[in-house]
Amino acid sequence: MTADQAVEQLHDGMTVGIGGWGSRRKPMALVRAILRSDVRDLTVVSFGGPDVGLLCAAGRVRELVFGFVSLDSIPYDPWFSRARQAGDIAVREMDEGMVVVGLRAAAQRLPFLPIRAGLGSDVLTYDPTLRTVRSPYDDGEELVAMPALRLDVALVHLNRADSHGNASYLGPDPYFDDLFCMAADRRFVSCEQVVPTEQLTAGVAPQALLLNRMMVDGVIESPNGAHFTSCVPDYGRDEAFQREYAAAATDLEAWPAFAGRYLSGTEADYQAAVTAGGSA
Amino acid sequence: MSSTTEPTRADVCAVACADLFAGAGEILASPMGTMPAIGARLARLTFAPDLLLSDGEAYLLADVAPLGAASPVEGWLPYRRVFDVVAWGRRHVVMGANQIDRFGNQNISCIGDHTIPSRQMFGSRGAPGNTVNHRTSYWVPRHSPRVFVERVDVVSGVGYDHATGSAGRFHDVHRVVTNLAVLDFATADRSMRLVSVHPGVGVDDVQQATSFPLAVDGVTVTRTPTGDELRLLNVLDPKGLRNKEVTR
Repeated sequence: MTADQAVEQLHDGMTVGIGGWGSRRKPMALVRAILRSDVRDLTVVSFGGPDVGLLCAAGRVRELVFGFVSLDSIPYDPWFSRARQAGDIAVREMDEGMVVVGLRAAAQRLPFLPIRAGLGSDVLTYDPTLRTVRSPYDDGEELVAMPALRLDVALVHLNRADSHGNASYLGPDPYFDDLFCMAADRRFVSCEQVVPTEQLTAGVAPQALLLNRMMVDGVIESPNGAHFTSCVPDYGRDEAFQREYAAAATDLEAWPAFAGRYLSGTEADYQAAVTAGGSA
Repeated sequence: MSSTTEPTRADVCAVACADLFAGAGEILASPMGTMPAIGARLARLTFAPDLLLSDGEAYLLADVAPLGAASPVEGWLPYRRVFDVVAWGRRHVVMGANQIDRFGNQNISCIGDHTIPSRQMFGSRGAPGNTVNHRTSYWVPRHSPRVFVERVDVVSGVGYDHATGSAGRFHDVHRVVTNLAVLDFATADRSMRLVSVHPGVGVDDVQQATSFPLAVDGVTVTRTPTGDELRLLNVLDPKGLRNKEVTR
């Protein structure tokens, strides 16, 4: 299927989980497909990077559930900062580990899972929906009862997949893409390359098969689909492009030219503009 | 062994960061930022040989290489296992702080009102979980009243006054190292104490750069690197990045 066909299954107000971590292995082609659609008022759950920034830039985010937003080599995403400082988005800010545990609870169909993270911090102050739970055993310890982060849709990007949804990561870190898929009702995986099933393990340890087909509803072949985030070993982060993005995102007068150049057409148009090189 | 070069302030800071890991044993060192990364490497090369060091991505490094250089791998620690180690407690993190207060509460989330902040930063990242699970220290390259505030706007990392009940079970905010001094919380009420000033810095200099009163009994002078440590610092940081983070 295509990224646009996947995004046709998104509706206003849905909760969308986005895989990857910071500016690493983000399903950017799927995010760009959201930008081409008119879906809005999304609740986004993400270990945030430029996925969050671009969705904020396009005004598609109603609420962000997050532990951080960062471009890694550039500390802060300018569009996320602007959206927050303008009060344009609501947030549920958590410790990173709480987001992991919330996804795990959703994946395990549990109402919550206990975690120590959050106790004593303002995470509990600013999200008054969060509750604590006391151990029923003799220790009586109080812990955060992290609620399940149930997702309507999960969007993830992996290195290889077959047409059925079995998929492998070839870089050093799986991040939490399996949890995102298991926490979601509809699961879409984009990948660098769709290969026959038998090739998934050709020269690759079977442990790299992070997703299997019961965790995935749709596969989208999207070469360079994580650009400009990293997708090692296929490619690293495009640092020059990320700097171009961050500079344009910092300057409202420069942004329309960036958006016009890169974000006004199809994914093929985007990739062609990237290949043609920056405007600098 | 003698050295012809005088240690810079940055050298003193790097050694103070290394000293955070004295007696740490076989745990994961998670230094955030250049100076803590140099310090953790120096510690492992000298008095803390059992430390585990990450490449900042998913691998544990078998050798102590200079900053940015490749090293053989001794282990795999993707983010999902980092969270397991956090909960396990065998970790000492050195984080930054946009704000820190007298009880060691740290803010890396945002400045101002959390609903509509005047300045958005990272968000609280792993600070809430780190601080209630294992030893935590902080590195502040520019000690100033804007960082050392009476009250943080957002409690990301948990300080001693918030570490009550279950939050206090494994809470251990160890030290704060800055470009001026080393501070800790070894006071009766667990408020911040000035442990040592770096050579050339006065107690008054540190107090003037801090928005709250510091405990100042028995302040010493931060030790300078040994000749061997100076040699290792130049190996670990051949480009002198530490001297760009802390000038003077």
